[in-house]
Amino acid sequence: MAVGKEIRTKIASIKNTQKITRAMEMVAASKMRKTQDRMRATRPYAEKIAKIIKHLAHAHPEYKHPFLVEKKQCKRIGLIVISSDRGLCGGLNSNLFRKTVAQMQQWNSEQIEIDICTIGQKGAGYFRNISANIIGQSEKLGDTPHLADIVGIIKIMLDGYEQGTIDEIHVVHNQFVNTMKQDPQIKQLVPVKAEEIQEELKGSWDYIYEPDAVDVLDALMVRYIESIVLQGLIENNACEQAARMVAMKSASDNAGTLIDELQLVYNKARQAAITQEISEIVAGAAAV
Amino acid sequence: MTMTVHVDIVSAEGEIFSGLAEMVFAPAEMGEVGIAPRHAPFISNLVPGEVRVKVSEGESHPFYVSGGLIEVQPHLVTILADTVIRAADIDESVALEARARAEEALADKTASVDYAKARSELAQAVMQLQTLNRLRRRSR
Repeated sequence: MAVGKEIRTKIASIKNTQKITRAMEMVAASKMRKTQDRMRATRPYAEKIAKIIKHLAHAHPEYKHPFLVEKKQCKRIGLIVISSDRGLCGGLNSNLFRKTVAQMQQWNSEQIEIDICTIGQKGAGYFRNISANIIGQSEKLGDTPHLADIVGIIKIMLDGYEQGTIDEIHVVHNQFVNTMKQDPQIKQLVPVKAEEIQEELKGSWDYIYEPDAVDVLDALMVRYIESIVLQGLIENNACEQAARMVAMKSASDNAGTLIDELQLVYNKARQAAITQEISEIVAGAAAV
Repeated sequence: MTMTVHVDIVSAEGEIFSGLAEMVFAPAEMGEVGIAPRHAPFISNLVPGEVRVKVSEGESHPFYVSGGLIEVQPHLVTILADTVIRAADIDESVALEARARAEEALADKTASVDYAKARSELAQAVMQLQTLNRLRRRSR
């Protein structure tokens, strides 16, 4: 029977697509669990180092690390954009880029120039397209990014800051709220912003440094910056998997509805064809 | 009651130890330091070696660190380790292997090896082995 051939092939092709999206959903779900565990595991380190930095900002050291001193005038900002390597994860990346571009426009209107380092292929592609000034990029980091992968980018930025070409460094990434919700976030990395002074830390005091303040603080600061960026990257990874899972789930659901609708149209067409055939036969028999 | 200080040991991979201790020993860059409660604020880099947390008389936890940082506040000690493993977990064969590799690299003067890296690898392997030996003696 030749009825609805096109509809049948269409249904078959949507079914294939649905199989793929369903598989991707399941892969993303299992990866999401792993990335979330990793995110939780690395959080204490980031929290502890942030606490030390906070203590340090309230000490009265003989040596103020350049990362703690705010520059008088900000002419050029370094921006580290963390995005995913792969697509098909809903609006995750585009939301992030929209927020970034809005912030960049605001900086532009204040006559501030922007240098960008991208982590992840999507960001690299996007910012190359809008011809932003990309000074470093790192991509294909996989699901378990390591510090070694991002050290290069951080060094580019920090060198720029120390030489005075960059006056502020910010980092952009998605913050993991829950599986359904990810928030793009822009954070200032350098100069480090000191928060409110705690009661116990008031008064004039300083650390005992071994071997000396410069060495220790340099190591600490670089570690701090690295830990923030790595934490951002790991969090962004968890966001990516969560967003992909949700996106693929809704894609599978949509495919299901589409198939149902097409099936209905197909059945109707088939019924109509049968009815027509019967009436033709009956009409033919009556004529004889 | 003896005085105690809160100790947090974390590495980039996760939290290793968090709790109260009577004393903490750590391999600081200028030599081993022992931190008692209400120590003055102190901050130092760590070299590869053993961190010992004395929880009470006769009970202490050893950890191996391959470098990192220690921060001391009067009531809080924070150790940021580059990699901390519970000392009992160190795989001796891995440590021995790493030492052999490092020694080989040091001996091979002709090859274009990174001497600084080889030396630090050697130091790490030796420290891991020492920690293991100490543990073994203690358990005997």
